Amino acid sequence: MASVVELAGVRLAFGRSVALDGLDLDAPAGEVTVLLGPNGAGKTTAIRVITGALRPDAGTVRVFGLTVDGPDGEEVRRRCGVVAAKPALYDRLSGYDNLAYSAALYDAPANRIADAAARFGIEHALDLRVGGYSTGMKTRLALARAILHDPDLLLLDEPTSGLDPESADAVLALIDELAASGKAVVMCTHLLPEAEGLADRVVMIEAGRALAAGAPHELAARYWPNPRVDLRVGEGAVRVDLDDIDEVGAVVALLAGAGVEVNSVVPYRPSLAELYRRVRSER
Amino acid sequence: MNWHRIRTIAVADLRQLWQSPDFWVPMLVLAALFFVLIPLNLLWVITRIGSVEVAQRLSTVLDVLPDTALQPVRDAAPSTQTAYALAVYLFAPLAVIVPMTISTAVGAASVVGEREKGTGEFLAHSPASEREIYMGKVIASLLPGYLTALAGFAAYSIMVNLVVGPKVGGWFFPTRSWWVLMLWVIPPFLALTLSVVLRLSARVRSAAAAQQASGLVTLPLIILSFGQSSGALLGRGSSGIVVGAITWCIALAGLARGGKSVRRARLLGVDIG
Repeated sequence: MASVVELAGVRLAFGRSVALDGLDLDAPAGEVTVLLGPNGAGKTTAIRVITGALRPDAGTVRVFGLTVDGPDGEEVRRRCGVVAAKPALYDRLSGYDNLAYSAALYDAPANRIADAAARFGIEHALDLRVGGYSTGMKTRLALARAILHDPDLLLLDEPTSGLDPESADAVLALIDELAASGKAVVMCTHLLPEAEGLADRVVMIEAGRALAAGAPHELAARYWPNPRVDLRVGEGAVRVDLDDIDEVGAVVALLAGAGVEVNSVVPYRPSLAELYRRVRSER
Repeated sequence: MNWHRIRTIAVADLRQLWQSPDFWVPMLVLAALFFVLIPLNLLWVITRIGSVEVAQRLSTVLDVLPDTALQPVRDAAPSTQTAYALAVYLFAPLAVIVPMTISTAVGAASVVGEREKGTGEFLAHSPASEREIYMGKVIASLLPGYLTALAGFAAYSIMVNLVVGPKVGGWFFPTRSWWVLMLWVIPPFLALTLSVVLRLSARVRSAAAAQQASGLVTLPLIILSFGQSSGALLGRGSSGIVVGAITWCIALAGLARGGKSVRRARLLGVDIG
């Protein structure tokens, strides 16, 4: 699938502090691309560069095939929906006024406000001032604001930050749904369990550089080139490294011959946490 | 430039201001004090002075005015001449100080306020251009000051006509010079001041610093506009038109330069100074 976001060799420094150091990044449509990395890795800066809010010192940034830093920047930003790490809402305005402000800036019809709010379960609080919202309500309002103009690219910076587990699950399900509807989603997080199962692609960032990028199974194949299987034997489990997956039959036969009952054989799939640790240990 | 977006940004800022009575109530009090209460007190007292000696002493202030200034009340009593002169000429600078104070206070917080509250992130990612954001902020800062000045002007006009009018033979205010001052001279002075204040607001690290710096920077501008507005009223014929035209030129140049100060990076707080 064609890339919606293409960053190549992007470098950006604030004085002596290098935020992005030759970052490469691709994010296709219809997939969730997760930027994983510790605090200060450059994830938020990457999002800001994608919308053109920050201009890189070097490298190229193309979004929807357009150059962000130039006359096409407005078109790019109009097609992006952003949820920042802090919800960036106007506390003195009502929820409705916050959404109406965004609708007017992005040329979205005002009749979408109710639908967007309902989608994130915030429609009952639209008349209230945002200053009185809970953290969860603010995040949901920020998400509603981000999808109000039906963007083609969603950029989410720690979208579940401060949410209770139930709300966080609901937000992650919605992100999955948005990607399934063809939107490109780029999400930053340092919470590995959150990205697990959601990420179609992972970009592991450290010190402003991509350490590894690809689909989780591609990364697994890259960092564990030999097949691995988990064998459930009796009450326990054994992990076996193989030279070839065809060796599984021989191993099971060997164990059976030795009187060991093999209940199941499951191909090993490393979790994102394991992948992340492996990538970082080999950097 | 997309005027719809500029209007949207300005309206959102004004709506937030309206939701902040802790900000606009003191400003309203300031306007009432300068446009109505202080002039009303002075004019009421002067028009009711019984002592000829006191009235004559007060009328020495009229010596600073050109001969033509008191033409409409040449044959009136000294106390009436003094009241007329105060009403038409000497309170004029108040019409400048009040809107400038209000607009400076609003403008100083406008850009740095977005950064402090974190809402700059929303604007930085939005399709609005940096110049549109700047113009939206200028309008949102200019309108509260200017509308207050117009409302104060209306209240002042009514009060002056009610208090001094009966002594000079009927309603006499606003004079032509006052119309020129309010509609032609004050707006560019406000725009000029805001072109400086918004540049500061974009560059400083906190709203408190912006307020302090704006106070210092705009003081010379207030003094200048104080003098120029008095001159516009006291000068001959078209002097107000000339002062306004020159100020408009300077203000437009200031706004064009100031537009470059609002950058997305500054809204995010990563490029200050």
